Amino acid sequence: MSRAADRNKVFSRRATLLAGGKLLLLTSLAGRMYYLQVLEREKFETLAEENRISLRLLAPQRGRILDRFGVPLAINQENYRMLLVPEQATDIEATLEAASEIIPLSDHEKSKILREAKRRRSFMPVTVRENLTWNDVARVELNAADLPGCMIDVGQSRFYPKSDKFSHVLGYVSVVSEQDLTGDPLLELPGFRIGKAGAERVHDMALRGKGGNTQLEVNALGRVIRELARNEGQPGAEVRLTIDASLQEYAYQRLGEQSGACVVMDIHSGQVLVLASTPGYDPNAFAQGLNAEQWKDLTQHPRAPLLNKCIAGQYAPGSTFKMMVALAALEHNVLSPDFSVHCTGHVELGNAVFHCWKKEGHGHVDMLHGLMYSCDSYFYEISKRVGIDRIADMAKRFGLGTNLDIDLIGEKPGLVPNREWKQRNLRSSWSQGETLVAGIGQGYMLTTPLQLAAMTARIANGGFAVRPRLTYEVATGPESSPLPAPSYPSIPMNKANLAIVRKGMRLVVNEPGGTALGARLANPNWIMCGKTGTAQVRRITLRERDTGVKKNEELPWKERDHALFVAYAPDDDPKYAIAVIVEHGGGGSAVAAPIARDVMTETLRRDPVSDGARDRFAYVPGQENDG
Amino acid sequence: MILEPRGNMRRDGNMGLSEKLWHVSWSLVLLITLVAAIGFFMLYSAADGHISPWANKQMVRFAIGLLIMIVVALIDVRFWMRQAYVIYGVALILLIAVDLFGTIGMGAQRWINLGVIQIQPSEIMKIALVLALARYFHGASHEDIGRPLFLLPAIALVFLPAGLVVVQPDLGTAILLILGSGATFFLAGVRLWKFGLLISLGVGAIPVGWQFLRDYQKNRILTFLNPENDPLGAGYHITQSKIALGSGGVFGKGFMQGTQSHLNYLPEKHTDFIFTMFSEEFGMVGGVMLLILYACLIAYGYAIALRSRSHFGRLVAMGITNTFFLYVFINIAMVMGLLPVVGVPLPLISYGGTAMLTLLFGFGLMIGVYVHRDVNMGRRGASDDV
Repeated sequence: MSRAADRNKVFSRRATLLAGGKLLLLTSLAGRMYYLQVLEREKFETLAEENRISLRLLAPQRGRILDRFGVPLAINQENYRMLLVPEQATDIEATLEAASEIIPLSDHEKSKILREAKRRRSFMPVTVRENLTWNDVARVELNAADLPGCMIDVGQSRFYPKSDKFSHVLGYVSVVSEQDLTGDPLLELPGFRIGKAGAERVHDMALRGKGGNTQLEVNALGRVIRELARNEGQPGAEVRLTIDASLQEYAYQRLGEQSGACVVMDIHSGQVLVLASTPGYDPNAFAQGLNAEQWKDLTQHPRAPLLNKCIAGQYAPGSTFKMMVALAALEHNVLSPDFSVHCTGHVELGNAVFHCWKKEGHGHVDMLHGLMYSCDSYFYEISKRVGIDRIADMAKRFGLGTNLDIDLIGEKPGLVPNREWKQRNLRSSWSQGETLVAGIGQGYMLTTPLQLAAMTARIANGGFAVRPRLTYEVATGPESSPLPAPSYPSIPMNKANLAIVRKGMRLVVNEPGGTALGARLANPNWIMCGKTGTAQVRRITLRERDTGVKKNEELPWKERDHALFVAYAPDDDPKYAIAVIVEHGGGGSAVAAPIARDVMTETLRRDPVSDGARDRFAYVPGQENDG
Repeated sequence: MILEPRGNMRRDGNMGLSEKLWHVSWSLVLLITLVAAIGFFMLYSAADGHISPWANKQMVRFAIGLLIMIVVALIDVRFWMRQAYVIYGVALILLIAVDLFGTIGMGAQRWINLGVIQIQPSEIMKIALVLALARYFHGASHEDIGRPLFLLPAIALVFLPAGLVVVQPDLGTAILLILGSGATFFLAGVRLWKFGLLISLGVGAIPVGWQFLRDYQKNRILTFLNPENDPLGAGYHITQSKIALGSGGVFGKGFMQGTQSHLNYLPEKHTDFIFTMFSEEFGMVGGVMLLILYACLIAYGYAIALRSRSHFGRLVAMGITNTFFLYVFINIAMVMGLLPVVGVPLPLISYGGTAMLTLLFGFGLMIGVYVHRDVNMGRRGASDDV
């Protein structure tokens, strides 16, 4: 019994010990609970929410682009597209194979989709095909069982109702490429488009808007259980351009099949009403995605449809440059307007002979007639006296050879050469003959149509350094106001000289014998002043001079002269400046001037002032505050 | 023999059925049912508010188990004493059989398919080992316990099945067997230094044993040591379980409102990780209450053990209690990231038929000990054999 009692005692003692141990361990469990559920609660709550809530972006609606009167130029259209969520497709390749039974997909497209799917996170949908027809949508929905991971989504796609007529102004939107990714998650949305050229690119951030988001409750497999909250984001701002859509269309059509450019701007405010470059391209094709062949057609087209010739086409200004030479001569008192030159058809300088465009010569010519007849001999003479540096200096004051910083991408600066430029870039000294060539806007000289328009505007507005601009307003909200009209600095110069040049330009168009008499405006109340230009693109050899200079029609297109014309109107109260260039079009008076005449007529016809109403868009110096 | 009170005399082997039923600890049965009922609710929640596929089956199993428990409780403890080695032997043979012919499930050979039912010999062994050790130590005197040679067969009784279970491989059950038996050795009076010796031997064997572990077992241990190491792989379970628990806070997210559980971030929420779901939905308050309920069940085991006149009865009651406690502790510690994931269910609550039946069988034995607490028992289990 005592042995049994001993054993019992040991058992009881040890059972108690064991019970104590158990209590301790259970208490430690409670302690762990306290740690996890009280002390660390917030951390784990956050983690649980992060698990549960998936934030998905909602693409904002891209802002529209309008013309100055509110005519829509770039809008959004509903677009049915097929998306593929990689993580929901058991086998992406098999799904694509099944999908191409309904919507034919090329191997190229398939590999592109696969690449996209790998690049993005597996729950981010990838676009398989956009712009589905109703028929396609119905067939996809019908075969949904065979297309795991596929879904139809209604998205917005960009549409340019005026197609090619505004291609260079508007640019286009296109898919986000690898280089465009900035970490902004919006860019990773399927089918998201960003502006790649033109106003679409310049105003891309404003047009884009702010992405909204939706908070979705998702389970461990990523399946959406329900929507918890939604933030619609902010649609993109509407951008209004200074362009007059109907005028632009008119100018584009007037240029027609030719390869050319036409710029019309308000000489006071710098607002650009027309910025037409032909041929254009269809920006809708870019928005939908070009195939390789279309791309090749565009890039290899001899008339360069992708080039915005208004801002990036660089041409010798030809005789349109002569105003600069005249102004430089007058500014530096090298000669008086009455200074006269006897034109025999050519000027000799050392061993070289410089020809006037009129072989038989103009006879005695003063400055006004030099401009009116566009007498090369006269400008050879005076540029020889003024010198290249002073000519170049004046040209730069009028905006030639420099970027005018229009709100577009790809503006080219052109080139106004001087001694220093030649020394620096060609490592040789300037020769006087080059001054003569520069004096008629040839040689190294390069300008863009935009610069020529700005130059003409500065002549017409009394010497204010107006700069062209394209943005009328960026409307982020309902009560946004137009961009304030900038006040442009006055060009330091003797303004009286401008009157002489303007008078010469008036003679060019309105006086019998003027090179652009045929381009005078039909309405007798409107007087247009201008200057023709014909830019030679080939060298005329001595032998050709002897046998007779070939007519443009005899030359291959690429060797024909560029036709130029700059003008402003009306003469009594100038408002608009225009520059027209027709590449390889021939003579400025025959080809460019009539286009300018017609476009200027249309411009004046549309001008609200001529109808007795004050144009609320036009900038009138000194009257900004009159309401 | 000293005169014994009349009431005690009646609690010998000659009690009638109704008398035995009268002595069944119905309050314990009620407590068990209460805990199991919590389990039904959690399984209902785990199925997103559906009684199938888990809650309904679990209820049926519990009902069957409850019946078995009562039947077992009514069987004379001396029967279990006499048959202890036989039961152990059968369990051992089944264990060997399962290693040779068993069905593979969850990466381990654990099941024997008998056509009608599948049995898991390791579960039977949990009870059989308790019985066998209780019988072995029942007849041992204090001096016997002191002799190392006397302990050797008992140690063999433990390590034979433990070894067989490890190779299945089922490390969790092997640890349960060893720790549970260790407690029995301790209660039987084995000197503490002998445990020390065995433990140091065991620790010394870890580097050797490590090489015999399967990759998934190694992974589980490594993951336990550093769960953030591999958050989407092996550490995922522990990490998500901790997130679920922690985000439950003090009062929980509410019944059926556990986001981690219902959105399937929590793995195995109806089996091994059911405590996590419970704590996510009922918070620390719920968790501690459940711990208290378990503590009460364990306290019942102690009460029964201490009131049993026979050493066998005491050791059986304590053996069952210890095993039960180990289940509770290992499971909860595991889901809270205190122990590696070893695949031990939460007793009475986790979905699963075999574990439920084993537990209820065990409780049946415990209640049986209570019903027959005054039975005299000889060295071999006969009442007259002193």
